Amino acid sequence: MSTPDNTSQSPDDKAKKSWFSRLPIVSHLRQSVGLQRGMLITGLILCGIVLICAIFAPLIAPYGFNQLGTAEGNFGSKLPPGGTHIWGTTVGGYDVFSRVVWGAQTAVAVIVVAVIMSIFAGVILGLVSGYLGGWLDRILVVIADAVYAFPTLLLALVMSIAISGGQSSAWGGIAAAAFSITVVFIPQYFRVVRAETLRLKAEPFVESAIVLGASKPRIISKHIFRNATRTLPLIFTLNSSEAILTLAGLGFLGFGIEPTSASEWGYDLNKALPDVTSGVWWTSVFPGLAIVLTVLGITLVGESMNDLNDPRLRVRRKAKTKGTKSSKDVKASQAATSSSDNETAEAN
Amino acid sequence: MSAAISEPEAEAAETSVAVKKPAGGGLGRYVLVRFLLIIPTIFILTTLVFFLMRITGDPITASMGGRLTQAQLAERIQAAGYDRPLLVQYFEYMGNLLKGDFGTAVSDGQPVSNILLNYGAATVELVFYALIVAFILGIPLGMLAAYHRDKAPDAALRILAILGYATPVFFAGMILKLIFGVFLPILPISGRGTTQTEYIMSGVVSPTQIYLIDAIRIGNVEVLGDVLAHAVLPAVALGVLTAGVFLRLVRTNLIGTLGQQYIDSGRSRGISEYRLVTKHAYRPALIPIVTVMGMQIALMLAGAVLTETTFGWQGLGFKLAEYLTARDFVAVQGIVVFLAIIVALTNFLVDVIAAFIDPRVRY
Repeated sequence: MSTPDNTSQSPDDKAKKSWFSRLPIVSHLRQSVGLQRGMLITGLILCGIVLICAIFAPLIAPYGFNQLGTAEGNFGSKLPPGGTHIWGTTVGGYDVFSRVVWGAQTAVAVIVVAVIMSIFAGVILGLVSGYLGGWLDRILVVIADAVYAFPTLLLALVMSIAISGGQSSAWGGIAAAAFSITVVFIPQYFRVVRAETLRLKAEPFVESAIVLGASKPRIISKHIFRNATRTLPLIFTLNSSEAILTLAGLGFLGFGIEPTSASEWGYDLNKALPDVTSGVWWTSVFPGLAIVLTVLGITLVGESMNDLNDPRLRVRRKAKTKGTKSSKDVKASQAATSSSDNETAEAN
Repeated sequence: MSAAISEPEAEAAETSVAVKKPAGGGLGRYVLVRFLLIIPTIFILTTLVFFLMRITGDPITASMGGRLTQAQLAERIQAAGYDRPLLVQYFEYMGNLLKGDFGTAVSDGQPVSNILLNYGAATVELVFYALIVAFILGIPLGMLAAYHRDKAPDAALRILAILGYATPVFFAGMILKLIFGVFLPILPISGRGTTQTEYIMSGVVSPTQIYLIDAIRIGNVEVLGDVLAHAVLPAVALGVLTAGVFLRLVRTNLIGTLGQQYIDSGRSRGISEYRLVTKHAYRPALIPIVTVMGMQIALMLAGAVLTETTFGWQGLGFKLAEYLTARDFVAVQGIVVFLAIIVALTNFLVDVIAAFIDPRVRY
């Protein structure tokens, strides 16, 4: 998955571009053409919609996520879509549309907390373990490999039992879910960062830093950190989509967040399971579609970034090829063929 | 022909590895070393699960906390030995695990090993059906996508694959239930068979618990049809999810090998395009595919938990969800540890198969 290729950007090339065009997604958008650009843009739009729903949920949703009725009385149970409830109401008497919109907030909160925590923990552990080596490294690798091989959902289940005993309150529930997912994802960051650190450790610039008398923390935080974390945006997107699926899976198994404290799509689907048999489709289809579209958006962004980072998969612009660009491509494809063996091994 | 061309490359790779690890050794040695590596994996996972499950307290309070008085609780905790130091309990648990004793469920008093035996087969059966669906859909479509790289069929297939990945298996299951069970009632949407089938199955002598095998053994065509009809929707729900992953995997790896020179040389010799894709390019692409598939089978077990709950398929996942609701953490722990062991064993088997296909993996 990770590509050690960055030969395509020569140093003076980088200096010419502004910081903005070097941002992960912006630079990818510039590189992309055709279908890949379409996928990237579709993904970005879907992610944008979810973010807007999450941020402006109180303005968009007509009712609260735990609101059972207005002053005029209760909404009623299993009302079909139409009228005041455009997507109908659930068995419990909640407004489906409002629950779906509020659910975006929960999903985004969980992703942000989970992914940020696992990046921090995984990157720090990976850097330290890879650079220092020794027994600490060996123990961490064995543990990370063991955890990595474990199905994420099962581990998240065990974690959520450990954290909250399977019960969840308002923010406690979100934190518990996020933390459960964090633990699952730490090994993924750990492995990538550690492998990169091992590679960078042998590079001349690290050796010269050692000769110059730089301290270990300085080498790790300055010299290696910047170089080892280039592939992280990609894993970030892949993990975010997995985080949503794990959250939904937890919710579906009844480990979700109670409907009174926050709205969660997986939990709503769990409650909608019996409805399906009686032909009540709106309670399941809408929260389900929300999950699908959110994951789809994030995955599209991640996939296109992956392709654009990998010179073997990148679709190149056919017209308007400049002299410098073609030489870059040759270099990139050489790097790709020479490293393709390592890459496939690494992808496993 | 193609092998002759790619041989120097393989040799070069082998010698470069050999410099790093001069030990060498054949397949037997590799299998042994790889097998020994399972032990720490399983040990770490069981240890991790044991301590995590105990952070919140003992299983009896978790399960019966609200229903019993303090004195009754204390009595039962003492009887089960949960008042002893955690480390003592840990060593006892690990010792029992070695003997195949996974503990006794708190809620219904069943030995967990019995639950595993009685319901494990159903999960195996479901994963087996789903794998068939995944292989039938994933591999040929992946080849198609790789061959038509960046053209319309590839674009459509990739979007389908991403959609398959983005859809949670329980949502896919619910949609299938809606379409084929409710709007067009042509397929059964719940359980492993009708009540009559279940009754016949309970009467089978020396049952394997795998309904497909049992139905063939008793030679009852009607039961066989019923069993298969019940398997269609769950297998498709779980299989399509994995098919998407297989498709992407085959596509990416095949694109890599299709760009190699020996393919061009094969084409120049007039080998048919079909043969080039399915034989010449596919074989070398197989190793990463096999390895990742191993991990996918492991992930399918997690998917099976959700699928079984969706379709009322009485397997380990269905029971796991039941015990979760009952807050019976002894049973939950037992099932999770058991699944972890299965995952570790599957990964081992897959590595051995990969080593068998490609000598380079063996070092």
